[in-house]
Amino acid sequence: MSASDTGGPQTSGDYITHHLHNLQVGDTSSFWHVNLDSLIFSIGLGILFCWIFRSVAKKATTGVPGKFQTFIEMTVEFVDSTVKDTFHGKSALIAPLSLTIFVWIIFMNTMDLIPVDWLPMASQAAGVEYMRVVPTTDPNITLGMSFSVFFLMIFYSIKMKGLGGFAKELTMQPFNHWAFIPVNLVMELVALIAKPISLGLRLFGNMYAGEMIFFLIALLGVWQLPLHFVWATFHIMVVILQAFIFMMLTVVYLSMSCEDH
Amino acid sequence: MNLNATLLGQSIAFAVFVIFCMKYIWPPLMSAIEARQAKIADGLASAERATKDLELAQASATDQLKDAKAQAASIVDAANKRKAQIVDEAKTAAMTERDKIIASGYAEVEAERNRAKEDLRQQVATLAIAGAEKILERSIDEAAANDIVEKLVGEL
Repeated sequence: MSASDTGGPQTSGDYITHHLHNLQVGDTSSFWHVNLDSLIFSIGLGILFCWIFRSVAKKATTGVPGKFQTFIEMTVEFVDSTVKDTFHGKSALIAPLSLTIFVWIIFMNTMDLIPVDWLPMASQAAGVEYMRVVPTTDPNITLGMSFSVFFLMIFYSIKMKGLGGFAKELTMQPFNHWAFIPVNLVMELVALIAKPISLGLRLFGNMYAGEMIFFLIALLGVWQLPLHFVWATFHIMVVILQAFIFMMLTVVYLSMSCEDH
Repeated sequence: MNLNATLLGQSIAFAVFVIFCMKYIWPPLMSAIEARQAKIADGLASAERATKDLELAQASATDQLKDAKAQAASIVDAANKRKAQIVDEAKTAAMTERDKIIASGYAEVEAERNRAKEDLRQQVATLAIAGAEKILERSIDEAAANDIVEKLVGEL
């Protein structure tokens, strides 16, 4: 749908800026405001994930499973085998964590496949000015998840190696000599902090770029239809791949935190 | 980048969903999957056992069949032998019987012939006496000639 059809701003630049604007609540001049649309969709999809999987888990039969149960179990087993291949310690948290990340991010990314004007137009009709429907195109969402993973990495590092072991890992590598402690510390801290930031920004960047192309296609008027289809088809791969990468890297980072060098 | 409190909200939501998944989703699904895996493994093992049992049963059935055949053959052999024996015995008995019958037949014939001879002798004697009576009617006393006639009869 072209910009003039939306009844919103007129120029292409305005159209895109408008679509990239979050519905913000709170004091926008400080840190203490939230992107309500991102949070609503992200939490809604999280609840959807919990509801679907919980309803299957409650009815799960050990006999011959139904088709839907089989599908859910395939997902669970896929995640389980991926985690088992990578993470060799024993943890009751890692596998459910990975499942949540994988399915939830797939759900959030899939919002990208809904034609970009539908929900913003509907919300505008309902009197809400701004509406971004893909939570993972909001860096707050992706970084919120990756920092949670970062917190878990620190937690497991300290739990498995002790505070001293963790400190030693930060200071005595790669040059095992006391004189190199500052150098080591700087290098290791950069490496450590780069992990959650790259994890979050990778997902954000991929989804943001994909969404941007949907916007550009939406500006083409009637020619958007075949192009939209082509890009959406391609984007399905990105949706799943990025979810898988986020899950995989989470498992890798956590297993690195748990292993002694 | 416009970082704001959404970050915290998302982190909290993330933690809640992960904990929910860990408590209420993962364990029942995993236990169902594992229970089914155990069931399938059991099923496969018992199928294998059944195949082995079947093989054993077939082998023993073959053995029994072979035994039964051998037994049947030996029974038929014994029966054949017994038959030959019975036939032989019957033959022998029949022979004896035949001999006996023949012998008794001979004896009867002999007795008959003797009786006929005796009759004949009596009749000849009677005839001879009658003839002699006719010849000697007039001259010889019957009583006196009787011993001569007796003698004649004895010579016959």
